[in-house]
Formats: sequence, structure tokens, C-alpha cells
Amino acid sequence: MACFLVPATEAIVTTIVAKAVKSHEAKAEEQTKVKALSEDKLPLSKKITRLSGFLWGGSGLLAFEHLWHGEISPFFPFLTAANDPSEMAVAFHEMATVGTSMAVLVTAVWAVMTVVSDKILKRKPKETAKLGGDAV
Amino acid sequence: MTLLITLIAAVIITIVWYTSPKARKLKVGLMCYMYWGASIMWLVDALFEYKEQGAGYFTPATADMINDSFLGICVVALGTVVWLGTMLISDPEGVVRKALTEKKQ
Repeated sequence: MACFLVPATEAIVTTIVAKAVKSHEAKAEEQTKVKALSEDKLPLSKKITRLSGFLWGGSGLLAFEHLWHGEISPFFPFLTAANDPSEMAVAFHEMATVGTSMAVLVTAVWAVMTVVSDKILKRKPKETAKLGGDAV
Repeated sequence: MTLLITLIAAVIITIVWYTSPKARKLKVGLMCYMYWGASIMWLVDALFEYKEQGAGYFTPATADMINDSFLGICVVALGTVVWLGTMLISDPEGVVRKALTEKKQ
């Protein structure tokens, strides 16, 4: 009924956090005069931006699905369940169970993806050297 | 069906992103975020429905299946339109800018 609101809220939070981290990284870069971005590591702000990309994209398409099923409307109070208190209780229950699980699974997938991409970045120079060696 | 169609779109777009440098330049990664994000969320939805309905989840009524398929296609179309709009606004190849300046002259 309104499960997408949980990942959408997480998307708002992660977007704000990503912006704050990015400005912090820029300040640190200015102070040390050394570029924070190194070859074998992605900046934290970019990693968080990826998470917010998944969350915004997913919850945006889910919002469309809810609009399709008539569970949300473009007019106030936006949630069709808001007109009936008993339906609102069902919506809250769905947000607590399905919505939270959605947000947790997306975050878990992102965490695995981040760990894997860090490992790939660390592995890259060796592989390139190996490939170069083979080519010669 | 919505989950399946979105998942197929996510896999296709990811393969396109991986194999084509031109596609990466045109930021198809945006569609990857949208389709993978939505697929993960609908997977959770499907798991909860399966928990409620059991094996009945895999034998939906024909009308529901048609409606869900139609929704899936619309979702993929919406994602593509969002990517197209973003691509035209960011104009990574400078095509829009070039077209506009040509018209001006």
C-alpha cells in the first residue's frame, strides 16, 4: 500500500549524507592539497550516491506501480488508505514489514557490491600487469 | 510478471553497459540503478506474497497476468523515458547543443 515510502525515505537520507560527505571530502582535499580519490579506492560519497541511485530508482518505479493500482493519488492526502483508519493500520504494517525488508535488502546488495568493487579495484593493477606480460 | 519483465530489462541493460563504451558514455547506468532497484524491491514483495499464498503465487489468473505484464512493460518504458530525458539534458555528446547552435546560425 505504501511500502515504497520506506526506501524513498532512506533515499532522501542517503542523498543528504552523500552531499555532506562530498563537501567534507572536497574540504579535506583542499586542506591537504592531496587528491582524496586514489586509483584503488572509490570515494565514500560516490559509494553512497550509488546506494541512493538504487533507492531513488527503485522507489520511483514502485511509486508508479502504486499509482497504477490506485494505492496512491496525485492529490492530498496522496495515500488512498489515508481515508480509512483501518486501512491505514494495514498500510503501516506493510511499511514496517515489506517496506523495511525492501530497504534492508537493497542496502545489503549495495554493501556486497561495494565490497566486491573495492576488491576489483585493488586487484586491477596485478591483472593488467599480468595481461601486459602475456601480450609481450 | 512485473518482476520478471523488470529483471529481464535490468539484465539486458547491464550487459549493454558492460559491453558498450558508447552506452556507458550515454549513462545507461541510470537505467541499471532503476531496474535493479525496482527488481530487488519487487522480489521482496514477491517473497511476502509467496509466504501468504504459497504455491498459488505461481498460478495467477490470466487477467492478473495480463495486467501485470502491461504494468511491467509500462515500467520499463517509464525508466527508458527518464533515462532519455536525463541523457538529453546532460547531453554528454554535445549533440543537442550542436543542434541548437546550428539552428541559431
